Amino acid sequence: MNHPLPPETVDHPMAPGERLPKSERTEFSAEAVAEIQAIAAKYPDKLAATLPALHIAQRDFGFVSLAAMKAVAKALSIPEGHVFGVASFYTMYQKHPVGKFHIQVCTNLPCALNGGAQLLEKVCAKTGVKPGQGPSRDGLWSIEEVECLASCGSGPCLQVNADVYEEFVDEPKLDEIMDACKRGEVRPWAQ
Amino acid sequence: MAAIRTKNDPQRYTFVGYGTDKYPALLLRGAGDLDNWKLATYETKHEGYIALKQALKMEPSAVIEEMKTSSLRGRGGAGFPCGMKWSFMPKDTPEKKLTRYLVINADEGEPGTFKDRAILEYNPHQMIEGIVIACHAMQAHTAFVYIRGEFLWLIEKLEAALDEARAKGYLGKDILGSGFGCEIIVHRGAGAYICGEETALLNSLEGRRGEPRVKPPFPAAKGAFGQPTTINNVETIATVPPIFRMGGAEYAKLGTPKNSGTRVFCVSGHVKRPGLYELPLGLPLDFIINELAGGTPTGKKIKCVIPGGASAPVFDANDLDCPMDFDAVRNKGSMAGSGGIIVLDEDTCMVQACLRLIRFYAHESCGQCTPCREGCNWMEMILNRIEHGEGRMEDLDLLAKMTPRIAGRTLCPLGDAACGPMDSMLKKFRAEFEHHITHKECAVKGRTLLSAVGQH
Repeated sequence: MNHPLPPETVDHPMAPGERLPKSERTEFSAEAVAEIQAIAAKYPDKLAATLPALHIAQRDFGFVSLAAMKAVAKALSIPEGHVFGVASFYTMYQKHPVGKFHIQVCTNLPCALNGGAQLLEKVCAKTGVKPGQGPSRDGLWSIEEVECLASCGSGPCLQVNADVYEEFVDEPKLDEIMDACKRGEVRPWAQ
Repeated sequence: MAAIRTKNDPQRYTFVGYGTDKYPALLLRGAGDLDNWKLATYETKHEGYIALKQALKMEPSAVIEEMKTSSLRGRGGAGFPCGMKWSFMPKDTPEKKLTRYLVINADEGEPGTFKDRAILEYNPHQMIEGIVIACHAMQAHTAFVYIRGEFLWLIEKLEAALDEARAKGYLGKDILGSGFGCEIIVHRGAGAYICGEETALLNSLEGRRGEPRVKPPFPAAKGAFGQPTTINNVETIATVPPIFRMGGAEYAKLGTPKNSGTRVFCVSGHVKRPGLYELPLGLPLDFIINELAGGTPTGKKIKCVIPGGASAPVFDANDLDCPMDFDAVRNKGSMAGSGGIIVLDEDTCMVQACLRLIRFYAHESCGQCTPCREGCNWMEMILNRIEHGEGRMEDLDLLAKMTPRIAGRTLCPLGDAACGPMDSMLKKFRAEFEHHITHKECAVKGRTLLSAVGQH
């Protein structure tokens, strides 16, 4: 999925957005545009729909590519630069492709006191991917080290995509979660 | 549609004696029971929406007076009196009708704090009832609930609860025939700790980058979409219905004078029974950690306690007698903050703990103010150097010199939040930092807190 980028030279410097990987989709579906406009109508100002619209873009495009940001700007008739600024500020908008199962492991202090760092290492060893280094070769896994999932009393904790939220994760539980993913019992990323 | 929890919740919400007169259950009633969030349960088992019926019969000013009588202080971190905050909202004049907003801060991101999540998961209707009462008191007709983006599974539940409330007439144009109308909009964040700061939250709500604003103007004058706005924490607003059920004066008798009521303490780290403990304010820290949470699971001594979420300066074992209310904790040199108590046992390396926290702040700094953006990164680099055995003795003085150059010199308290734990750990556990520099290794042999494959 990761398209190679043309080299950046002194004569042809790239704009920040051009350094981002490209997505297969470039336009929203008509339903998505209608959904975004319905959200915008709830707020006193349509600019407020930028965050929800980017969530929809991530769902439809798989990740927030430059094309996705441009599509959001077009759907809301707001400046592209504004959308780029917002998308690049928030960490939950993935600017790079992620795996079918995006595993987010909390390693902040309360989780780390109960083995969060070791859990992250185990997840990496089992999937063969490192945090922030894109999906595994089979496209199944990607890993992100996150800051606090509000499960401090029941750490270590991890989240797979948006649905699976597991507390007190030890090795057997981790195997169980990964097996459930492989069996297709977990809603894949961006669906 | 998925995400509504169907299997048992491993989190601990209760303890022996909870729900009696001594430890009244106001916020976490029925927590842990998977059906507790439903309107039917709230109405039949937990006196649901009785307070709303009472409050709608009162004048808005009388509602605010009742809140002042209860002397409830905000549970988000600053401990500002809630009734007074509500009274700051400007009123309509004959010449000008104002649009006012209420914003609920559910961007729970402080490491060590996990209380709002439990309230949203098990008692969403109590929060909704509180929102409608608050909107009536301030004559606001729109409320926004800003929830952190990771809580998609909670948002679906909250939306379901809102639909139930709308169907029963607790929300909408004419609530219970009183003529007062109010609507709640759920806004999902996208992963930024800084959006828990109220003006950053407002920017994020308006669809901008979550950068804190210059104050003044304060939100009560110019907040969301340029209109007068009040921002309350989930726990604060969920306390409103119990106050009206029992009466403000009765509520004020709980806890200690000036620090009334109960609050949810989140106990995590090296304790036998981590979890949420709803307690009257003013109980000693020692009682919470050793009696309720059972002390350390291994029987090791407690070395350090963070009393109010990761941003609070740390306590060492000598400070455990501190009564847990806003003023007593401040007098001890820390802050009660969001009620997150993190316990570290004697085998925890303080350099690693400090580095892990500073790494968090360096990652979450919004980048707007130079002292915080650069300073937190510098502190992380210096601590990294010490952790990797390349530290120099003068690094410790350098770190001590940096904190007054960051704290108090930024628009929002994130810079102070990073300096509080850093400064106090360095002062209280300086010997461990020195040991790290001279011996190039940890003074203790506990579990390492930093992974070898870290991303940031």
